[in-house]
Amino acid sequence: MAKELWKGNEAIAEAALRAGVEAYFGYPITPQTELLEYMAREMPKYPGRVFLQAESELAAVNMVYGAACGGARTMSSSSSPGISLMMEGLSYIAGTEVPAVLVDVMRGGPGLGNIQPSQSDYFQMTKSLGHGDYHALVLAPSTVQEAVDLTYESFSLAEKYRTVVVILADGAIGQMMEPVELPPWRETMSEAERPDWALRGAKDRKNRILTSLNLTPEGLEQTNLRLQARLAKVQSNEVRWEEDLTDDAELLLVAFGTTGRICKSALRAARRAGLKVGLLRPISLWPFPEQRLYQLAGQVQRILVVEMNAGQMLHDVREAVAGRAPVDFYGRTGGMVPLPDEVSEQIDRLMSLPASQPASLRHSTNHGDLGYGRPRQDVTEETCHDNS
Amino acid sequence: MTTLDLSEFEVVYHRPDALVDITTHYCPGCTHGLIHRLIAEVIDELGIRERTLLVAPVGCAVFAYNYFNVDGCEAPHGRAPAMATGLKRIQPDKIVFTYQGDGDLAAIGTNEIIHAAGRGENLTVIFVNNATYGMTGGQMAPTSLAGQVTTSSPYGRNVDLVGQPMHVAELISTIAGAVYVVRRSVHDVANVNKTKAAIKTAFQVQMAGLGLSLVEVLSSCPTNWHMKPPEALCWIEDAMIPVFALGDYKVAEAVAPLTRRTRGER
Repeated sequence: MAKELWKGNEAIAEAALRAGVEAYFGYPITPQTELLEYMAREMPKYPGRVFLQAESELAAVNMVYGAACGGARTMSSSSSPGISLMMEGLSYIAGTEVPAVLVDVMRGGPGLGNIQPSQSDYFQMTKSLGHGDYHALVLAPSTVQEAVDLTYESFSLAEKYRTVVVILADGAIGQMMEPVELPPWRETMSEAERPDWALRGAKDRKNRILTSLNLTPEGLEQTNLRLQARLAKVQSNEVRWEEDLTDDAELLLVAFGTTGRICKSALRAARRAGLKVGLLRPISLWPFPEQRLYQLAGQVQRILVVEMNAGQMLHDVREAVAGRAPVDFYGRTGGMVPLPDEVSEQIDRLMSLPASQPASLRHSTNHGDLGYGRPRQDVTEETCHDNS
Repeated sequence: MTTLDLSEFEVVYHRPDALVDITTHYCPGCTHGLIHRLIAEVIDELGIRERTLLVAPVGCAVFAYNYFNVDGCEAPHGRAPAMATGLKRIQPDKIVFTYQGDGDLAAIGTNEIIHAAGRGENLTVIFVNNATYGMTGGQMAPTSLAGQVTTSSPYGRNVDLVGQPMHVAELISTIAGAVYVVRRSVHDVANVNKTKAAIKTAFQVQMAGLGLSLVEVLSSCPTNWHMKPPEALCWIEDAMIPVFALGDYKVAEAVAPLTRRTRGER
């Protein structure tokens, strides 16, 4: 199939349609609204498929919850403030062990923030998606094509693991247009394909109950252990990342989504200048590619994390690196998108430092001048030893 | 000793098929169990058990899915109408009902019920109003009466501070998509029968695809009202009904034929 020019939000919606999504519930919020509008226009063209604009994100996620309990392939989409409202329902969906897909086209926060691209929902999505002990599978595309591919696959992942799969995009992915090759068409589930737990009416069988409630601690612990066992499978099967020129890299960039892409530009410029820079771009943010990062940390001299936030994935990087290499950070917040040149400046600065110099001593060079993108000092093996 | 020939007898009272044979967790004298039975009898009589789906609330009826012999799920507090919307929209041939208390529907879930009614969702809502939060131990509800003493209004509901009780049936009846909205009570036999008839109509409204139907049922909570069960039934009649007038608040034109019953049919 030839490539076509698609806007991110609409391409994600089309990918979901092609994946056989049966029910979409959502609420308008910039910068994801085109996704909802596309569904409003396209879903009614296919008999049996449902589009409904909810009265709030709170209602939307609970409509998804209801449709998921009914065994439908279902999804919602929103942007950061709307996602915050969905936390309750997402926790219930996880606790009830039903599948659902959620697209978060992140914007600047906190609060109402703004409508520019941001990555500041990283914590919310990977660490605290509602109350309780669970994780969603979080996938972060860096191009419109990747957003299409991940969305298309997300439904079968959600069904396989009976969990929430999050497509964590940002305003840049949602709003920009790129050439895309669309995946083949899949029909919605037939009655025979419905899962054996779905609420379809207790005809010729025992009635089915779907609930996240279990008042006995022994029973709820069993639920949690089952959830954890399933998440352990996700961790061993679904870790995804992309690597660029890591073989001989002295400085490793770690960035996801849109910043991963920006870092690629900076990486190419650095290589042209003869600097040995590589990139690890996590695609699955949960599960995080921590083992690969641990390996790479043993072969590079420094690591630079770049994000459109104040340093969120940074914590996962530090944990994975476990002190094997100094970890620096460069971030822009509030909807500011870093330019490749800004990253290049950081690369130049770090590469000019002697390899032995601890990260904690080299943080303040451009802090005052620029007033943003403050590199973080970090714990290194050296400083660890000093303190102990 | 003569043996009784059972074949000469007709069973006139039995557990409805739509109820599971299990002991409920409801307090002695609580009328939730009675309302469950009325719903189950209606489901049996309409022959819809195998295609009925229940959305249980958060509140005293949180375990309703254990008692009805239908496929069921449990919504977050107040969100039952949204969850039911999702279930019904993907399966329009099913009969979906929510069973919600006054905290669930009239406080935390007002947005969901109003918009489900606004969309004219083909859902049946059984709204049980006992003027208190039963499960959490008797706090003030949006439907608590003026002056009513609860654990969170220990000096009585002060209407100057927290306003008058919410009148849900009246409120929902103003919304076009709600086509059958009535208030009933289960404090005596005559009213129990009227409640059952209303519940039956409410399900028939959904079967006919006419829009949202809501039956508000005044129900007793002897435990949290600190009354003996008969006293609690009297309190419904003496204290609640003067505030929450029984009656039909909305019977849309298309629904009216469903409310006409042959003699002897409840």
